[in-house]
Amino acid sequence: MKTIDKSQTRVVVGMSGGVDSSVAALLLKEEGYDVVGVFMKNWDDTNENGICTAAKDYEDVARVCDMLSIPYYSVNFEKEYWDRVFMYFLETYQKGHTPNPDVMCNKEIKFKAFLSYALELGADYVATGHYARVIKDESGQTHMLRGIDQNKDQSYFLHQLSQNQIEKVLFPLGGFFKPEIRELAQKAGLPTAQKKDSTGICFIGERNFKAFLSQYLPGQKGEMVTADGKIMGTHDGLMYYTIGQRHGLGIGGNGEPWFVIGKNLKENKLIVGQGFHHEKLYANRVFVHAVNWIVPVEENLSCTAKFRYRQADIPVTVRKISKDMVEVLCHEWVRAITPGQGAVFYQEEECLGGGLIDAVYQDEQRCAYM
Amino acid sequence: MSDSVYLDYAATTPIAPEVFEAMRPYFDSVYGNPSSLHQKGREAKKALQEAKQKIAACIGAVADEIIFTSGGTEGNNLAVFGVCEAMQSLGKHIITTSIEHHSVLKACQELEQKGYEITYLNPDETGCITVEQVRAALRPDTILVSVMYVNNETGSVQPIAEIAELLTESETYFHTDAVQAFGTEKIDVSLFKVDLLTMSGHKVNAPKGIGFLYIKENTKLHPLFFGGSQQRKLRPGTENIPYIVGLATACQMHCENRAQKREHLWQMKMELLSRLRQKQIKFSINGSEAASAPHIVSLCFPEISLSGFLTSLDLDGVCVSGGSACTSGSVRGSHVLIAMYQETDARVLSSVRFSFGIYTDLTDIKRVVVSIEKYIQRTKCLKG
Repeated sequence: MKTIDKSQTRVVVGMSGGVDSSVAALLLKEEGYDVVGVFMKNWDDTNENGICTAAKDYEDVARVCDMLSIPYYSVNFEKEYWDRVFMYFLETYQKGHTPNPDVMCNKEIKFKAFLSYALELGADYVATGHYARVIKDESGQTHMLRGIDQNKDQSYFLHQLSQNQIEKVLFPLGGFFKPEIRELAQKAGLPTAQKKDSTGICFIGERNFKAFLSQYLPGQKGEMVTADGKIMGTHDGLMYYTIGQRHGLGIGGNGEPWFVIGKNLKENKLIVGQGFHHEKLYANRVFVHAVNWIVPVEENLSCTAKFRYRQADIPVTVRKISKDMVEVLCHEWVRAITPGQGAVFYQEEECLGGGLIDAVYQDEQRCAYM
Repeated sequence: MSDSVYLDYAATTPIAPEVFEAMRPYFDSVYGNPSSLHQKGREAKKALQEAKQKIAACIGAVADEIIFTSGGTEGNNLAVFGVCEAMQSLGKHIITTSIEHHSVLKACQELEQKGYEITYLNPDETGCITVEQVRAALRPDTILVSVMYVNNETGSVQPIAEIAELLTESETYFHTDAVQAFGTEKIDVSLFKVDLLTMSGHKVNAPKGIGFLYIKENTKLHPLFFGGSQQRKLRPGTENIPYIVGLATACQMHCENRAQKREHLWQMKMELLSRLRQKQIKFSINGSEAASAPHIVSLCFPEISLSGFLTSLDLDGVCVSGGSACTSGSVRGSHVLIAMYQETDARVLSSVRFSFGIYTDLTDIKRVVVSIEKYIQRTKCLKG
């Protein structure tokens, strides 16, 4: 293999102002790459006092980059994010599904709009602080592997990426455990070493989710019923609830706690049942659409799947139905498989690809999850 | 970066070595307070007086008409608020343009909150307003007309002499923000009637944080600050002697060599335009090529995305400007281009300002053209 001159290899790092992307830049710089830091501004979060909180994060990017002696810039993808991620987010809720905006953000923004921006800057690669690995085999095929730190592995969110995209990607953190990253940041004296990890959906942050969503999608109140039709109360709008949810139902009393076990979109009813292990929460057959394969796979595939982030691997058989649709047979009962979330397939360490959960079944019986 | 190409002189300029040298003694040996009566004070006062005289001579004024400020923003604020506060009994109407620097525009917006009425004149596509527009907007209660001399984004030269002529017999005060004009355009207040004129040092190789406001004798003005009796109480506070000396040196240098400088700057501008044309890079000029100052040109490149273009040039060590940046670094459309065209016009978000100065040379122009060509080639390849 021909050795590359790293000083002549330009890597544009997507920097959020957090510890992970800061260390990604640090590691690349230490390896001798021509590193450029770019902050993406995807959401207009100017508050009522005219202060945009992204400015604080950008300042952190500036401090880290100054320390590493690398140039840094900001790029605005508010329009792209709104059109391609936020609209998808709202449309998915309108369908009664539970969207995963991070998956769409990676597909449409970080590894599409941002990638093409980086290429405009003469980048050979883009890098981010994701916990995943990318390797190229002898045949020139690029593979995506889970991050070494199983606890932090983010390949789930990256399953929509294509060969063309991942060929140009470096994930410098994929071989590290999170505590090591904090330690590296601390040792290097990075100003972001102690910064709290961000949680939740990035554009909502710590705000009240229901209040946020209701600004865009007014909720339609309706009945909360049991599977037998017994009225248990009212709900604020179906999209505010997700399958398997316990909190926020406002029904208590005797016996086991209550959970969301289904939705009837047509009649605007939220179906609830008692017990974490309510039988209606379990399914074994899933139809998945918008399927993307990172590498070519067989028509009938035995592998494992995750139906939500950080779920334990579930042995499955995947059968292709059409170009971007598959049927997944689970070899065990799985709780709360939620339409709109990703179904991501793995062969041991390798992330093969995945899609979005569409319809969920108990054998032949369709679950009322939407 | 030491080998960078700096084509952003309209943003700021380096301090000239001769300016730096002139200032040097005033930091340590001649450190007196010009208000002190002892010998140290007298030394400083002498320097202050000499500086005022030098500057006054440059613009055809007398020494007492020069008030030192911290720069363009303070000068413009002092002129606008100072006149309005002093003249409000005669009226509350102000005429300005929509392409002024923010230090005039935001000051006017603040006055609107306080009950003043502002007429904002819009330029045509060349970036200029006309004296007829001013005439049409004048009212009996107009107390101030404030029009910049040279626009900082397009270099368009406004008809200052004509407006001054129009207002000669009128009681309406005329202020011009000459921050971008000083050193390239002719400024002689004995020839045309301006009452107030703002100048900033760091655009002409003096330090940041110093400038002056010319205030014609007998102009009624209310101060912004209150304190001692320095500078006719219009701008109290101990005078910044080293910077004032630097400012005077820079002013003199630019006035004495104005003709030569203009010629050099025009040459640089023409060189840039002809080289871009030679390389068949698509562009158009915002405003008029003829009616513009020699040191500023705003170009629209229809094929570029502005943020990628500016960043690419910067990575090549080329510093140019693409409008103002918000706090998180994202590029916003310029209010000047929006006023000339429309908010939705593609030119607003694909325009770049190049501005030249006394140290710009042919190598700089060659390098910026190479960098632009490289970017255009690369993006063409990406689009396939």
